[in-house]
Amino acid sequence: MKLFNFWGGVHPAGQKHLSADQPIQVLPMPARLHVPLQQHTGRSAVPVVKVGQIVRKGELLGRAQGGVSASVHAPTSGVVAAIGDFAAPHVSGLPLPTITLESDGEDLWLEREPPPDPFTLEPEDIAARIGEAGIVGMGGANFPAALKLGKARQAKVHTLAVNGAECEPYMTCDDRLMRERAEQIVDGVRLMLHALQAPNAVIAIEDNKPEAVARMKAACQSERQMRVAMVPSRYPAGSAKQLIQILTGLETPAGGRGTDTGVLVHNVGTAYAVHRALRHAHPLISRIVTVTGGAVARPQNLEAPIGALVEDLLAFCGGVAETPARLLMGGPMMGQPLPGTQVPIVKGTNGILALTAAEARLEATPSPCIRCGRCVEACPMGLMPLEMSKRARHDDLDGALDFGLIDCISCGSCAYACPSRIPLVQYFEYAKGALETRQRAEQKAKETRRLLEQRQARLAREERAKAEAAARRRAEKRQAKAKAGAAA
Amino acid sequence: MSVHLPSAPHAHASDSVPRIMGLVLLAVAPATLYGIVLFGWPALNLFLVTILTCLLGEAVCLRLAGRAVRPFLLDGSALLTGVLLALSLPPWAPWWIGAIGGFFAIVVGKQVFGGIGQNLFNPAMLARVALLVSFPVEMTLWLEPRPPFSGAAPGFLEGLAITFGGIPDIDAVSGATILGHVRTELGMARELGQILPGHYGAGTAALGWTGGSLGETSDLLILIGGLWLLWRRVFTWHVPVALLATVLVLAAGFNWLNPERFAGPAVHLLSGGLMLGAFFIATDPVTSPTTKLGQLIFGAGCGVLVYVIRTWGGYPEGVAFAVVLMNAATPLIDHYVRPRIYGRTWRGQSRPVPERARRPPAGSGGTE
Ligand code: SF4
Ligand code: SF4
Repeated sequence: MKLFNFWGGVHPAGQKHLSADQPIQVLPMPARLHVPLQQHTGRSAVPVVKVGQIVRKGELLGRAQGGVSASVHAPTSGVVAAIGDFAAPHVSGLPLPTITLESDGEDLWLEREPPPDPFTLEPEDIAARIGEAGIVGMGGANFPAALKLGKARQAKVHTLAVNGAECEPYMTCDDRLMRERAEQIVDGVRLMLHALQAPNAVIAIEDNKPEAVARMKAACQSERQMRVAMVPSRYPAGSAKQLIQILTGLETPAGGRGTDTGVLVHNVGTAYAVHRALRHAHPLISRIVTVTGGAVARPQNLEAPIGALVEDLLAFCGGVAETPARLLMGGPMMGQPLPGTQVPIVKGTNGILALTAAEARLEATPSPCIRCGRCVEACPMGLMPLEMSKRARHDDLDGALDFGLIDCISCGSCAYACPSRIPLVQYFEYAKGALETRQRAEQKAKETRRLLEQRQARLAREERAKAEAAARRRAEKRQAKAKAGAAA
Repeated sequence: MSVHLPSAPHAHASDSVPRIMGLVLLAVAPATLYGIVLFGWPALNLFLVTILTCLLGEAVCLRLAGRAVRPFLLDGSALLTGVLLALSLPPWAPWWIGAIGGFFAIVVGKQVFGGIGQNLFNPAMLARVALLVSFPVEMTLWLEPRPPFSGAAPGFLEGLAITFGGIPDIDAVSGATILGHVRTELGMARELGQILPGHYGAGTAALGWTGGSLGETSDLLILIGGLWLLWRRVFTWHVPVALLATVLVLAAGFNWLNPERFAGPAVHLLSGGLMLGAFFIATDPVTSPTTKLGQLIFGAGCGVLVYVIRTWGGYPEGVAFAVVLMNAATPLIDHYVRPRIYGRTWRGQSRPVPERARRPPAGSGGTE
């Protein structure tokens, strides 16, 4: 099929060889799991279990609430040991409400009715079941999948782009999933197409994964609606906006949605989770995680229960051979530094990356910008990172906005390419945070002003009413006097 | 704001500022050596004086400004400025030309603006322009090459005497560059057909066997160095190609109109500092635009100015003036010439997807 180019991009060293040939291993069930109630964009789930309650594998632990939310389920059978705050996998290490589950070692599934043939279901019902299974975008977007499907169906998308690009260096979980479970992914894609009522699906895979391409091609050979597209291995080909550009040559309008182009992007992992949910009634309670990096003794791809600690995963991989200079959740381009190993993995965790000092090139310190334009050349969004960072650094938010701050997807291509090692993305994140604060403050000021005006209007009304009443009384008095005078 | 938390990305390209400067220095080395060999000991003396003053100036300024001296001195940028300046001086110029030029380049051209990355003008070219305006006699003293052992070459002590004491018999050594020669002769109402043959051969010009500044002579070596830098992706093709193509087109056009008045493209391309300017001066990242389109405009602007100054201006050689003038226009170019943002129109509005474009990707709906 005809592919288009996307702008900019960089070629970081893939380093996928570390783990690409390691078949998926199932992580032995840890004694304790820590399942955060918020692993997704939107509102936190509300717990529906009590401390001490015995739960089965797959049982609902927290129910989605409000418009945008996702449920969480028990990854194994056992006892609810605690409901309370636990360190979240985020650089701040701030605790989040979390349900701690003590495994009973039995791993007993909740009894369920065998699911009906999904193709007899209405598209809405498919989406509903996907929602009940707590499935979120597994490429790291963490947006509830059912909502995304529903909105896309309303927007009448014609194509489901299944994202198997996996452009982040080091990450191999999607690669392994495609190599080992291609049929299940294809089934998931079929189901999603049914939920979308869309005619086409394109499975996009970077050309550095020939085996995954071959397996996926074989698996969808008889599917008239699907085809496999080999996309160039250039970061960030797997970012939704860039993938849409590659496949259609169209751009997602600024402030709009990807579906405006007629394409919906979902990760291969999500397709796999949809298959599990609809064919086996299995909610999303485990995922494939790549544990890798130069500091890991035996890099591997693990199928791990949600809520397992990073520590458990690292231990299964032989621990760290040397103290990692960086411990990340995700790949080196967009991954988040972890506060420690005592944090759980969540639905959106594609990898644990332990980098040595040499890999992270820690020795380099930032130096002044030499205006070389490499960042401009690398930016897939057509921005001028050097100008944006200059303004962000001086707290000139409007200047940064003028240069397109809100269009920045934080992909890190610019900072990767910068010979002066300027932490460009950090400046952008900082400025985006400041912008949010400012918008909130403006919102609040507006609200205060509105209340104040309301109050003033009310006071003025009352004042006027009083004055009118007084005037009326005076008029009455005068009339009475006049009457009395006339009578006299 | 302060930077403390490690932030993504955690991977970096192997490029660094010292590496970029190092590659450029390496690329210009063959032409430099060749020039020094052609013009002998005085050229080497001048070369050393120039780069040493640049380094000294950099160190002193950094110390005065209270900045770290070592990392900035070692980033290679001052050294490169010194080399480029030395390459654009007449090889037998007295030592103080190199010293004043070097100091001017670093102090006024670079550090006054705030150091590396902050300067508006290419420091070496700014210094060259300043020298040309202040010391026109010393700065236009060109001589025919006198390679060592050719008899005419000065010995080591003689070389020192020339650099530090002045040239004993100026008329005996001085020649003219092709461009200077053409200008003088045209001034005497002679025609190019008569002027060039005795003085110009494309072959000798390309090889550098001609009068000129230290590094302007061998276009072949400069070209090879420049192409190598392109291949190493130190800079992209936009500035050099735009610059050379513009000069080429203008020269060819005017030459076609009146071959007796206007020199042809080959003369322009292979003379003066054009090659050096196109590959090593105009490509200076700091003082050229950061976008590709901006770089094309910048290169073309330099080309036009070079041609105009060479043909109608008061100086026979225009590269330094052209580059400095376009440097001044760079902030303006960078302000107005921005890339189009993804998902937006050129004016910055959200760019809607046309309804007819909303169709399935070509060829989908079936396996291969
Ligand atoms: S890549 Fe770095 S040094 Fe080059 S222009 Fe961008 S910010 Fe400046
Ligand atoms: S992080 Fe933002 S500015 Fe930098 S390359 Fe990515 S989109 Fe462009």
